[in-house]
Amino acid sequence: MTTRAEKGEQRYVLNMGPQHPSTHGVLRVILEMEGEYVMDPQPVLGYGHRMHEKMAECRSWPNFLPNAARMDYLAALIYNHGYVGVVERLAGIEATPRAEYIRVITSELNRLQSHLLWLGVLVLDLGAFTPIMYTFEDREKILDILEDVTGSRLTYCYMRVGGVVRDIDDKFVERTREYIKWQRSRMPMYDKLVTGNIIFRKRIEQIGEFSPDMARRYGLTGPVLRGTGIPYDIRRAEPYSVYPEFDFEIPTETSGDCMAAYLVRVREIEQSLRILEQALDKLPDGPFMAKVPKKLKLPAGDACYTVESPRGELVYHLIGDGSDTPYRMKIRVPSFSNLSLLPELCSGMLLSDLCACMGSLDLVIPEIDR
Amino acid sequence: MSAVMNTGFLPPELLRIIFAVVCAIVIVFGNAVVMGYLERKLAGRFQRRPGPMEVGFHGILQLAVDGVKLVGKQLIVPKQTDKVLYRLAPIISFAPAIMPLVVIPFSPKLQGRDFDVGLIFILAVVAINVLAILIAGWSSNNKYSLLGAMRSVAQNVAYEIPMLLTLLSVILVTGTFSLRGIVEAQSGGAWFIFLMPVAFLIFFAATLAETNRAPFDLPEAESELTAGFMTEFSGMGFSLFFMAEYTYMFIACSLTVILFLGGWSGPPLPYGEYTSALWFFAKVYALLLTMIWIRWTFPRVRFDQLLNFCWKYLVPFSLVHLLVTAVVLKL
Repeated sequence: MTTRAEKGEQRYVLNMGPQHPSTHGVLRVILEMEGEYVMDPQPVLGYGHRMHEKMAECRSWPNFLPNAARMDYLAALIYNHGYVGVVERLAGIEATPRAEYIRVITSELNRLQSHLLWLGVLVLDLGAFTPIMYTFEDREKILDILEDVTGSRLTYCYMRVGGVVRDIDDKFVERTREYIKWQRSRMPMYDKLVTGNIIFRKRIEQIGEFSPDMARRYGLTGPVLRGTGIPYDIRRAEPYSVYPEFDFEIPTETSGDCMAAYLVRVREIEQSLRILEQALDKLPDGPFMAKVPKKLKLPAGDACYTVESPRGELVYHLIGDGSDTPYRMKIRVPSFSNLSLLPELCSGMLLSDLCACMGSLDLVIPEIDR
Repeated sequence: MSAVMNTGFLPPELLRIIFAVVCAIVIVFGNAVVMGYLERKLAGRFQRRPGPMEVGFHGILQLAVDGVKLVGKQLIVPKQTDKVLYRLAPIISFAPAIMPLVVIPFSPKLQGRDFDVGLIFILAVVAINVLAILIAGWSSNNKYSLLGAMRSVAQNVAYEIPMLLTLLSVILVTGTFSLRGIVEAQSGGAWFIFLMPVAFLIFFAATLAETNRAPFDLPEAESELTAGFMTEFSGMGFSLFFMAEYTYMFIACSLTVILFLGGWSGPPLPYGEYTSALWFFAKVYALLLTMIWIRWTFPRVRFDQLLNFCWKYLVPFSLVHLLVTAVVLKL
């Protein structure tokens, strides 16, 4: 096909964002277009830059906890988990077993609500408004459960170095069990309404395909990577907390397109429910907070802690210099790498497919901008 | 209408036309309000939420309040626009929406004017809407608007072909372009939907595309083009497009009812010559509710899929259908 540019026709530039319904936040993508075809999408970052890494250097270790929640507002507890994990590792503190279980339970609930939101939003990007209301109904149940135990609904600050701030009670366990039952009963409906919908399938099947090799070059992680057939999940590849004690699968697909990422995430919902069930069954008694000195000094040296966020691999790299603030904290966020794929993946794509691709990458912009 | 015909000081025919035009305008506004309310309320039901509840009983006055808000809003004309065309576009879209109502037979007696070529008149007038959308997209001087307008033109031109081809099948049977004639040809329950269900489906699909309704609402695909060709319009400019859209839906569904669902025919009612309009409206709103139902269930198709669907399926099927109809009639 001779492109229009070869025929001497000009391309035009479409500025998508920072306010655009499909960029879900303040992401700006400069699109070079030929008609409806996107020839060269270039993401522009930094509209939501809040200097989280620098703030870590200026604050004492407990003061940074709320910041962690504000990077990825959809996985605040998992960000909590990563941060307390890295501080514990550097300071040589062990959290109590019960605290570790509570962390896993709340993290998985957090992952579930993130996946549910993503499911609704992806279909919304494809033009169907209704499923997001259904997923929000499910998500609301999780938020209510988490609100009762953590005190907030979105930007949690629940975990502490050595444990968690508040214990969970029988009511929490009971409600979570009820929720698991409810969510299981809802999944066939999503299968019918979304997965089985012919228009939906035609919109995302064989769109935005990439190979495992390309994924590796860009450092892709999370469901997008698992969609290419690589079963790389930190919960298995580099187990942390009490994840080794649970029996769950890492869902993978082989096609590497948007549909694969979609199927992986939907199947992950079931796996998260399985982890929740087992964790609630095995939940040990005991203190929910270890003995931690009031004024904690971080020893000199560095530590890394990696957790699996709903979007992929989240790494906290903490360098301490013996004072009560970190010398440097580097946070590796999954969405940043996942977004870096966009220019290569989406060149030559229709505008509608670009929206589908961005939806399936599940970008959270404050996480990218930090 | 016959009651007001012999009042003396005005020519009865003129009076009749004035009355018909007033009725048409009432229908346009009434339909926009009813449809706007139904759409929001039903969308709420589909999404397990109550929908508008605050203004009036179950939010029944919501649309009136929205209307007042839109009228009161400043009509912002952005600097970079083509001022004349920008102001003209909503009017060009809205004005032709009223005209088809003059020839639509709501009941045996309730009809503004029975043209011999009523069907062609409606198609010709409704086609002007594409021009309005193109003007809106072009004059806004906004790339999203232009993309929406381009999509709209391609879509409407493509879908007019299967639409006209299925119409021809009906015309072959009835032998008239008069809408009243078409309805009368179906009297006694021999509705064309039973005779040619395929034509009905093709026509209805084409109707969805022609009225820019989901899953073919590409010209205003909000997740891709923010609001498509309407992006730069505010206040009354927007609400004229809004009302025109609902009126075109009403007209398209009226046409479907006339062509395939037997128009006003139904179980006999007292004063049937007038009151059988009830059957007509019932059928039209049943179709409109189907359209709302489809919109809140399906995702949007992609642009190439939309055109492929038309050229690869609808056009060949409607051609074959036309051929079969012609052969059957000849036998």
